[in-house]
Amino acid sequence: MTIKQLSVFLENKTGRINEVTKILARHSINMQAFSMAETTDFGILRLIVSEVDRAVEILREANFAVMLTDVVCLRCDNVAGSLSVILEQLAENQIFIEYMYAFAEGEQANVIIRPNDITRCVEVLSDCKCNVVKEF
Amino acid sequence: MIWNPNKECMSRDEMHSLQGKRLQKLVQYVYHNVPFYRNKMQAMDLAPEDIRSIDDIVKLPFTTKQDLRDNYPYGLQAAPPSEIVRVHASSGTTGNPTIVGYTRKDLAVWSEVMARCLTAFGVTRDDTFSVSYGYGLFTGGLGAHYGVENLGATVIPTSTGNTEKHIRLIRDLKISGIACTPSYALYLAETLEKMGLSKDDIGLRIGAFGAEPWTENMRREIEDRLGLKGFNLYGLSEIMGPGVSYECQEQNGSHICEDHFYPEIINPDTLEQLHGGEQGELVFTTLTKEGMPLLRYRTKDLCTLMEGECACGRTSVRMGRIMGRSDDMLIIRGINVFPSQVESVILEMSEFEPQYMLIVDRQNNLDTLQVQVEVRRDFFSDDIGRMLSLKKQLADKLRSVLSISADVRLMEPGSIERSQGKGRHVIDKRMLK
Repeated sequence: MTIKQLSVFLENKTGRINEVTKILARHSINMQAFSMAETTDFGILRLIVSEVDRAVEILREANFAVMLTDVVCLRCDNVAGSLSVILEQLAENQIFIEYMYAFAEGEQANVIIRPNDITRCVEVLSDCKCNVVKEF
Repeated sequence: MIWNPNKECMSRDEMHSLQGKRLQKLVQYVYHNVPFYRNKMQAMDLAPEDIRSIDDIVKLPFTTKQDLRDNYPYGLQAAPPSEIVRVHASSGTTGNPTIVGYTRKDLAVWSEVMARCLTAFGVTRDDTFSVSYGYGLFTGGLGAHYGVENLGATVIPTSTGNTEKHIRLIRDLKISGIACTPSYALYLAETLEKMGLSKDDIGLRIGAFGAEPWTENMRREIEDRLGLKGFNLYGLSEIMGPGVSYECQEQNGSHICEDHFYPEIINPDTLEQLHGGEQGELVFTTLTKEGMPLLRYRTKDLCTLMEGECACGRTSVRMGRIMGRSDDMLIIRGINVFPSQVESVILEMSEFEPQYMLIVDRQNNLDTLQVQVEVRRDFFSDDIGRMLSLKKQLADKLRSVLSISADVRLMEPGSIERSQGKGRHVIDKRMLK
């Protein structure tokens, strides 16, 4: 019920994100979603990609510090209030969200969540009949 | 094992008398062959006959790196050109390089003292020994090379560069000993691991490390990752090259080959000789050198001298670890900072690679110190809070050790330039302004 997110450590330097995207492009790996968390001197690029294991391998080969993190991806209607209902459930069940990011396409919206307790989070989401994505 | 017990275990009285005789002869020799020294002594109203024992050494003038530069290239050479069989040059980063000529006898002394060092480290005729100092003008490569040959072990002159090939040779030729800079040893360990190998795949047991200051933490790190025992090998090209002093199995200071290189510790400001284990600047007089003998050469290395017989049986004076060089000492906001202090903090934290760079700058008339470190791949965390607290932890430790605050920068693994020779760890941008 969880999916693997790729996290890449990057120095704050012009062109570093492009280095990652170039390598992925060269190996025909598609990025489905990403977000960037940044501090003054470094950032963490979080990615959902088409072939996660191969992506790890080729990025490590190119000397990047890379790790995999389990995240939950859920799909909801792209209408006002749909995410709020879900987050309400998570809050009621004492699930803390470390970070999340989302993207909408047409009728649907995808939300990627990194909760503090991933097993419990998946349980709560299944109980409330949320559409948890198993694979992209 | 002791290579030359006659000299290395000589009684103190005998040693002092030998040093006194050699000093008298040396002073006569330079007075008559080196105008630089004759002029200096005449200006001090000092005649060679005024030197009667080793204690009279305090009457003699000092020699500095600047003197060597001013007399470039051969001004301080005492032997006629026909007697010089080899020339080395120091890697001078500023001004003229230092040119050192060696006579046939100088080279014999050099391979003698190097054999003493290697024997103290535990190297025997049965060892296969890789010399990974640079071969060429730098004294490290050839100096260590002839020591290994003199001892009778097998020398593999790998020099620096092509580290993967080097590691294959270490494995395939069953190389058991290596001489290189400590930073190259760390680079070797890194490359070994990158090749998917570990210390168990190679059979290194002895490391002779020198040519740059290093710390106990660095020793542990190298020993852990390469599976060897690391020994300090000290030397400087102006005096001879590697082989001036060496650690024995006790590893309590480095024994100085003081029948050839007479050590003193001085206060670098007052130039007075210090005694009783006080820290100061190390000074050497080359008692037996023919090519370019030097009186009281100021090394700029800060350390202490230890007297007393060592548990290994040697009686020679030992020098403590180099606490820094008075010329790589940084003064940041009025505080003395040695790169080795930063290094020891970084090596204590397993989350970082043993690579670092200090960037010193001046902004709005205030000195700034930036410390760049690489996060180890296996310690990288997706949690930004954890990364920031790691950064803060290092900054706090640095502040407590250095007494000034440093701006820590977390860098990607592999992004700080690796040095294959002397480690370069400081960029001082203030000098450019």
